[in-house]
Order: sequence, then structure tokens, then C-alpha cells
Amino acid sequence: MIGAATMYTATFDSERCRDAREVGGKAHGLAVMTSAGLPVAPGFTLTAQAFRDFIEQGTLRRDITALLDEADPADPTERARVEQQIAALMTATPIPAAVADEVTAAYHELCRGAAVTDVPVAVRSSATAEDSAGDSFAGEFETWVDVVGAAEVVAHVHRCYASVYGGRVLAYALERGVDLHTVEMAVVVQKTVRARSAGVMFTLDPITGDRSRIVLESCWGLGLAVVGGEVTPDRFIVNKVGLTVVDRVPGDKRIEYRRGDAPTEVPADRRYSLSLDDAEVTALAQLGKRLERLNGGPQDIEFAIDGDLPAGGNLILLQCRPETVWANADRAPAFEAGAGFLTWITGSISGAASASGPVHNHD
Amino acid sequence: MTHEQTRFPFFAEVPAPEGAEGWESMYPYYLVPSAETAEVEDSRFWFADTMHWSRGAHPFDSIGAEAVYLGAGQNSTRIFVLPAALGLDVRIKNGYVYICPIAVTDPEEIGRRAALFQERAGHYYANWDELYGRWKEKMTGAVESMRTISFPPLGELDPIEVVTEARGKSTSWNVIENYHRLIDEFFLVWQYHFEFLNLGYGGYIVFFQFCKQAFPQISEQDIARMVAGVDVLAFRPDDELRKLAQLANDLGLAERLTADRDLQEIIREFGDLENGKTWLKALDNAKDPWFNYFAEYGFTHDQDTWLSNPAIPFQGIARYAAKIQAGEDISRPVERLRQERDDIVAEYRALLTEQEAQQFDELLGLARKVFPYIEEHNIYVEHWTHSVFWQKAWELGDFLVSAGFTVERDDVFYLNRFELDEVLADVVQSWAIGVRARGIDRSREKITARRRIVAALQAQPAPPAYGVPPAEVTDPFAVMNYGVTTERVQDWLGAASGAAEQLSGIPGGPGVIEGPARVLRTEKDLALLQPGEILVAPITAPSWAAAFSVATGVVTDIGGMMSHAAIVCREYGIPAVVGTGFATAKLRSGQRVRVDGNTGVVTVLADA
Repeated sequence: MIGAATMYTATFDSERCRDAREVGGKAHGLAVMTSAGLPVAPGFTLTAQAFRDFIEQGTLRRDITALLDEADPADPTERARVEQQIAALMTATPIPAAVADEVTAAYHELCRGAAVTDVPVAVRSSATAEDSAGDSFAGEFETWVDVVGAAEVVAHVHRCYASVYGGRVLAYALERGVDLHTVEMAVVVQKTVRARSAGVMFTLDPITGDRSRIVLESCWGLGLAVVGGEVTPDRFIVNKVGLTVVDRVPGDKRIEYRRGDAPTEVPADRRYSLSLDDAEVTALAQLGKRLERLNGGPQDIEFAIDGDLPAGGNLILLQCRPETVWANADRAPAFEAGAGFLTWITGSISGAASASGPVHNHD
Repeated sequence: MTHEQTRFPFFAEVPAPEGAEGWESMYPYYLVPSAETAEVEDSRFWFADTMHWSRGAHPFDSIGAEAVYLGAGQNSTRIFVLPAALGLDVRIKNGYVYICPIAVTDPEEIGRRAALFQERAGHYYANWDELYGRWKEKMTGAVESMRTISFPPLGELDPIEVVTEARGKSTSWNVIENYHRLIDEFFLVWQYHFEFLNLGYGGYIVFFQFCKQAFPQISEQDIARMVAGVDVLAFRPDDELRKLAQLANDLGLAERLTADRDLQEIIREFGDLENGKTWLKALDNAKDPWFNYFAEYGFTHDQDTWLSNPAIPFQGIARYAAKIQAGEDISRPVERLRQERDDIVAEYRALLTEQEAQQFDELLGLARKVFPYIEEHNIYVEHWTHSVFWQKAWELGDFLVSAGFTVERDDVFYLNRFELDEVLADVVQSWAIGVRARGIDRSREKITARRRIVAALQAQPAPPAYGVPPAEVTDPFAVMNYGVTTERVQDWLGAASGAAEQLSGIPGGPGVIEGPARVLRTEKDLALLQPGEILVAPITAPSWAAAFSVATGVVTDIGGMMSHAAIVCREYGIPAVVGTGFATAKLRSGQRVRVDGNTGVVTVLADA
């Protein structure tokens, strides 16, 4: 069923999934990881073409364009109104049958691969815009975990579409000067991981920008609690060179998401204990390092430890995108290039009296 | 009580230990804090140099504190004109050596000195390899010259040659000349010691700061590992022990070489065996120069060298032999270490921009050019020269006994270098006149009293600091070499009272290890160290390396990233925390501790 005839969906291991403009940054990242043989939970993406065909129905595109043009989206009140009206228009427009059929087929294929009748999946929207390939545009809009059954998946695709200008998207697009009319949406459908623990990894230190560090934050259960800031996660710092864990700070993980719908309280014995062991942290950091090399720059990665899989084969990568804050920051060289090493030494050994040799960088 | 948090005690506020009253008279006046200089002393920050003098100093041994800080000062202040740092001022308090970096703070003056520094240091950096080659020759010459010094007993008469050769000069005058030569040459060697040292640190620090800028959280170990030499002189003595252990094994003698056996008995036994003779010959070959090696740092007369106490290298050989017997490969994997070093460099370099990478290459090249000096100079100065110097000082002790002036060989060390000059003048002049030396009784009395004083001083450890600490420790050499950082000083202030659950220091060697502590104040106690224990010591010199194969972790009172303990621990992959200030005072043997060599924290887990 899935094959040459597919118009709207692309599995992570397919060539089409490498086209970031069509599949969104998220699916692109998953495709890159999959093709590099990295552990990724299986799934597929619904391309931007499906979104385009959706909004080309009736007067929908014209109505949206009118709403975006008439209002000043820089005004927060206006933004909220525009956002609500667009969502209402989207909700009132049905998903085209061809799209729904293909999502259903792709979902059933995913179920077959997982040998489960109705595999629980995560449905995540992923916006795309003209300049989004190198820019983690808008990141994640919405994520629903533990969506079960083809009809529910299609319904959540619809909810994704309705949220296309939701959240911070309007403000973000304005900040970045992105043409709002070019914003489109792909949707990622991915098998839900039975996460024992999960979290986020940066292949640099997000506080200092140090590229020789890998920083991980993790919690019990799914990563929602970390991403959503609902718990103080455990924090691990790994030396990228040599892959040694140099710091482990246990967090306060009062809740965990065993399933996507609602959190449960973490029992006292686990609440303050580390949710990853050193072997897991090191193995994840190793994956992070590979991804950084693969993608040619620092990465922002979501991961999970699958509770159903044995140690050694239980690391799952959920998402990978370029880190944008430090990667785009200007880095001052340590010493003025033209000055020559004698001047550098003079500055260095003059300690605090030196203007050219700061030892600590408290950015 | 608030002063306890902002400053350390002033010198005058801390009394002499019981039984050590009057200790001040043992040292040259300018080394002792006084009422006359109190105002200046109290305004400054003095930290203990237990890296060089881990125990209270004998009067004669205080010559080291003079020579070290003479050479350091000359080269920093007057020869190379370091922009922001003059020398290190020095005092002895209750027997321990304290030093205080003297900073230049006036920006105009720093600028003027910077220009001079660039001219003068520039000459050395530009001609480094050639000048370093010359330095090695100078040092070898200095050691050879010192070896020719002797203090033979005075006979009843001058020898006949004085007459037949018409010398016109009594052999007794040689005593005076040779004593002055001994002192002068010691001071000379310490000037040589600092000829390259600060320049070497400068070359290293600039790379260090580059790395800290490019990678704010890079560990100091990783920086050091990128620079460290793999095949340098500093590892040779220990390599010799490994080779001897391997040879013993190859000759089928390893089973006879166990640490619990009497050394003399083994040597006798080997003398009767063909294989044994081969091994003893190899041992003899290794001795000169590699056993001219202090088990500690060589700054006090009573430290053993591997020659004076063969049991120390022998224990090392026995440990290595046991490892070979257990099937372990004890050879230093030079190729692998070199490869590891290159890998680390390549990984960091790959994280840099093109422009940064160029700077990185240039600075790493410079750091590697100067680093061999930092790693090797101790062999020439502290080990080779000091072993001769102390040998000659002991001979002087024998001379005084032979002259009937003193009673014990080591009495000589209870007089400082100026007092000894007087004593020798007395001895030689009295001999010439033909009378009993005039100061015998008073000197013996003084020596007896000072034996009690020194014992009392040595019975208590050195507080880490005196005086008013700066808001920030900026002297790069204090930081790099002594591990005295702003954070450490704050830790000292905080930890000055009460027993420690936790001690902070400098992460010296990466890794985390838990185990029972073994607190050792001197290398003489090394035999107490049991496999699996964590070695806690005032400072560990590189020659403790054989012990590192037994210890699972190392904690020291003093030392920075560049201290030998740190260098050797990294080399051997042992977690180490150096520069804790108080470890030997606060920890007790048998306590279970955790040494975190990544973060520099030592935690007491359970009492003994």
C-alpha cells in the first residue's frame, strides 16, 4: 500500500523524508538519524503538501490571508483574535479524504511493523517556512502522546492544522521576519515510547555555550515534564572529549507522565534519585556527538529510555534539531589575532591587569 | 569573631607551639616576622609553601627558602621584568615557610614593565631550544662542580706538600672556601632554576587561557593533557624501576623480589647467583644518575634519596614485579599515551572555528615547546643538585664531629648558614692557633635546645595561611603552581574551624574513587600504604609514583594543576584532588572517603 503511489506521507527511512521544506525540520531530523542507523522510534510524516491541499479547499486560504493582512499581529490582543478565528476556520474545514486515507494507511503500516493492532502514537506538528531548513523554525507547536487508532490520528492531524498560528508562532514569525503566508505545517506521527526516563540533550552547554560539553536533563516517564518545565529535572554534564560524566545533579521530579494524558505522582524513593545511570548518560552523549558531526553543528536532541527494551538497546532518539542560540552567536577569539604571541603572553601573565586574557567567561 | 571569615590570623596572634618558644632565633632575621615589619606583614596574604617544606624547617634547611625566593625574585622582578608580578616575599612562622606574591598594580608601571618584558622574554622564546640546551650544560656543570666540594677532617699538621709545593696556604682554609662555595653554588643553581620557569609558565598559561576562553568549562586536566610530554625525563626514574622489575622477571628472579624481604639479604643472595649478578649490574647502571632522586621534594636534609634509602626504590621494583607476576603489563604505553594526547587535541580543535584553530595551533606549539622545561627542571635542580648539596652538608656535619665541635652528624642542621660560617671560622682559627674552639659549649647547648624546638614545631601541621587575603587571587603562578585560588582561600577560611565532612581542592587527576584513607606525613611511612587505599599526603613528589600503583586515589594539602602530584596522577590515571589545604590535618587513616577528581571534592563517607 505504502510505496510509489504515496503522495502525502513519508516514512522516516524514505528518501522523501530528507526534504526539510516538505516534511518539516522535525521529520527531517528523524530521517537523518534513521538513515545514519541511529535508534529512532519508527513513524511517518505527513508532508506540507497535505497541508496545502487542506487549505486550498473552498475559500479557506483566502480567508486566512485576509485575517493575517487586516490585523496587526504585533498587538497581543489582535494576535489572540486572529489566532482564534483562524483555528475556528480550520476546524470547520474537513481533512481531505485522500489525506485521511493515506494517514490511515500509513498508521496501519506502522501498526503492522510494531505487531500491535492499534499502536499508541505521538502526533506532533512541525511548521515549515521558506527559510526554515537551517533555522529550527518555531520548534514544536503541539504534541499529543498516546493517540490510538487511525480515526484518532486523523483527528489529531486536524487539531495540528487548527493550531498552525497558535502558541508563539505569530510572535516568533514576526521576530524572525518570516512571511506568515509561507508558514505551512507537516505532522509527525511516531510510535510512542514506553519511556522509563526521558529528556533533552544539548551538544553544548546552553548556559555558557561551551562546545566541549554535552548537557542532559531528564525526568521519569515521558519527556513532557522536562520540556514543559513541570519538574526540576536531573542534570548531567558530560565532557564531549573523552565522554566522561563530570557532573550529576539530582532534580526534584515530583510527577511523571507514564502516558501522555495525565501525570502521576512520583513515589518518594524515586523523586530525588537520578533517572539515568552513567552508562545511559555516556551512551546518549555518544549519540549526541555523532549527531553533531552528522549535522555539522551543535544539536538540541530529545531522547527516551524505553522501559520495554533491554539495557544497551533501550535508547531512543525522538527529535533532533540544530541548536540556534549559541550556534549563531558571535564568538570573540581569545586573543587579538594581529598582536602576536608575545603580546598574548604579556596579557596572560598580567592576570587581572590584562585586558586581553580573561580566564573566566561568566556569560 | 567576624575576622575569622574575612582574614587569617596575623603572625603575632599565633603563639609558638608548646616547647618551641624562641624558635625565631634559629633563622636569619629577615625570614622571621617581627614587630618592626608587622604593619606590612599584617596587610598581606601569606600562604604556606608546604609544597616545598612539608614539615617545620631545621635552621640550616632554611637556606632553601632564601635561595628559592631569591632566584624567583631576581628573574621575575629584575631580569625578565614580569609586568604585573614582582617576586614572592617569604617568612618562616613556627618553622613553616610562608610566601606572599608581590603584585604590580599601577597600570602605567605594568605597561612600562610589559615593554621591557617583551624585549627580554622575547629573546628567550625566540631562541628557546638553543638556550635550553645551554641551560642543561650549565646545570650539569654546576652539579659536577658541587660534587668536587669536600670537607676532609683536619689533621694535626698540614701535609708536607704545603711545604714542598710552597703553597703558602693551609689546607684548613679549604674548609672555609668549600663552605662558601657550597652555599654560593646552591644559590647559583636556584637562579638557574628560575631562568626558564616563569617563561615556561607564561607559555603554558597563554594556551590555558585560550582554552578557557574557547571552552569555558574545559577541565584543567584536559588542557594539561594536550600539552604534557609523553617521553620526558620526569618519568625516567620510575621507568628504571619498571625495567628492573621486568629484568628480574625475565631472569627468573621475580619471586625472590618481594617487598616483605630484607633488602640486604636479597642483595647477598643475588650476589651468589649468575642471574642475580646480571641483575645487580643493571641496578648499578641505573643508580647513576636515576637514583639521585628524592622520595619527596629534596628541600630538607633528612629526606631520603633512592640511593640513601634503597628500600624505597626496591619497594617500587617489588610492586612492579608482583604486577608482572600477576600477568599485568607494566610498561608505560608511550605510543598509546601519545595517541590519546593527539586524539584529545584533534577533538578540541575540531570544535573551533578556522580562525580559532590557527591560534590554537600556534599556542599549543608554544606550550609544548616550553613544557619540557616545566616537567624536567626538577630532575636537574631538586633531585640532582639537591642530592649532592645535602650529601655535602652531611659531610660538613661529619667534619664538625671530627673536629670535636659537635657530637652528632646531624647537629650541623641545627645551625643556620650564618651561624655555621661563624662556627667554621671558630674551628679553623682555633685549629690554627692551637687552642680549643671557643664556641663548643655554647653551640652544643644551643643545638640541644633547638632539637626540642624543632621537634615541637614539626609536631604540628602548618595552618594554610596568615594575614589578609585579596578579594581575588590573580597571580597566575600562585594559581598554577600552588593551587591557591580565590575559591581555595575561601574554603580555607570556612574550613578553619571544626572537622571536615568535605574538603575542596583542585581536581588533579580525573575520576571518582571511594576507599579508606591513609594519611602519610612523610615518605618514610610509605610502606604503610595498603593496596586499595587512598593516599593522603602534604604533597606527593613524582618519585611516589611506585606508590601510585598501590593507591587508588591521591589527596594532597597543597599543589595546583601543574604540581607533580597532579601531573603524575593524570599520567597514571588515578583520581586526585590537590591543594585541599587541610587534608592531612582533617582526615584520619581508615576513614572511608570519596575522592572526586573531576570536581575536586573529597567527602568523608564514614569514620574509621
